[in-house]
Amino acid sequence: MKITQTTRSSQQGKARLSSIILLFLVLSGSWLLWSGLYKPLLIGLGLFSCLLSTYLAHRMGFFRHHKALLRQLPKLPGYWLWLLKEIVTSTLDVAKIILSPSLPISPTLVELKTLPKTDVGKVILGNSITLSPGTVTINLSDGKILVHCLTQAGAKDLEQGSANRRAAELEGKVK
Amino acid sequence: MIDLVIDVLSWILLILGGSCVLIGGVGGLRLPNFYTRIHASSLTDTMGNILIFLGLMLQAGFTLATLKLFAVMLFLLLTGPTATYALANAALLSGIKPDTGSTNDDNTEESPK
Amino acid sequence: MNMYVVVAVAILITMVLALIRALMGPSVYDRVLAVNVFGTKTVLFLSVIAFLYGRPDFLDLALAYALVNMVGILAVLEFVQNRSVKSSEEAADD
Repeated sequence: MKITQTTRSSQQGKARLSSIILLFLVLSGSWLLWSGLYKPLLIGLGLFSCLLSTYLAHRMGFFRHHKALLRQLPKLPGYWLWLLKEIVTSTLDVAKIILSPSLPISPTLVELKTLPKTDVGKVILGNSITLSPGTVTINLSDGKILVHCLTQAGAKDLEQGSANRRAAELEGKVK
Repeated sequence: MIDLVIDVLSWILLILGGSCVLIGGVGGLRLPNFYTRIHASSLTDTMGNILIFLGLMLQAGFTLATLKLFAVMLFLLLTGPTATYALANAALLSGIKPDTGSTNDDNTEESPK
Repeated sequence: MNMYVVVAVAILITMVLALIRALMGPSVYDRVLAVNVFGTKTVLFLSVIAFLYGRPDFLDLALAYALVNMVGILAVLEFVQNRSVKSSEEAADD
């Protein structure tokens, strides 16, 4: 039931030429980076496979989901720095818990409303939560996100919603 | 002089990364049930990755290898959480209850939430 | 030089611990989690080996292994999920 819904929503909207070109450039860049051999035959094969991948992504409805992608790119490094800081602090917490002999864990489930509206924003939020140790996204549906936390302190931090706000800011006002 | 500083910095990063990986492995054995073990694996998957790849990148200097290392790190950091989410979600759908106490595997049905 | 050996040994020990968990794991998901950890550690190990022996080609192998590992984990999960759905349907038929 859910699958048909997502397919239908992926058929809506128009593909953007800018994101198609961006994907093609990224693909050809990685081909050139990895092959290291610059002969006409190999470059031709690379061009062919990049075009094929772009066409397949277009058929999958990839570009219809990524309306705000280009405008998000400049904000990404700042978000990554903030995420790195979060990861370092929570890594120290989890390492301390694992190494202490009494294992002071207090697993907690938290359900949050997702502030980001688009699918991409929700995925970024869910993956950021999973990426920082001590919190794992275990379900994401209908604008709600279910998170499993290793400790109650981690759950409290999450409920203050700074990750949520940051991900929504990353998405910005663009729709 | 600069070389020595970079060497020492990358050694520190590598050692920290190695210990992060090791702690995660120990946690995977020590923690009592499935959902808590995911946290241990995410410890090795994120911080261990970042530290070890940063250390290797410092050693490589400005070469093609650095770019490749960065690409591999980025790829792991992007796909790792996706695989973890797929795993946790599959376990949730199959009916393994995430407990809210620190129970063992044997009595997970006790505390439904 | 020695630093790489230390890190490689740490990664190897973690891989052994993950294998123990994969053999012990009470549920099938514990095993898949352990295999996932094993796979990402293999990628790290390959990268360290590339520097230990001074052969940067190994980085290509690391990337290829990262790709294969992720697709493999998703495929195994799909298989396990399908099987559990099918067996529950069979139980409902009986």
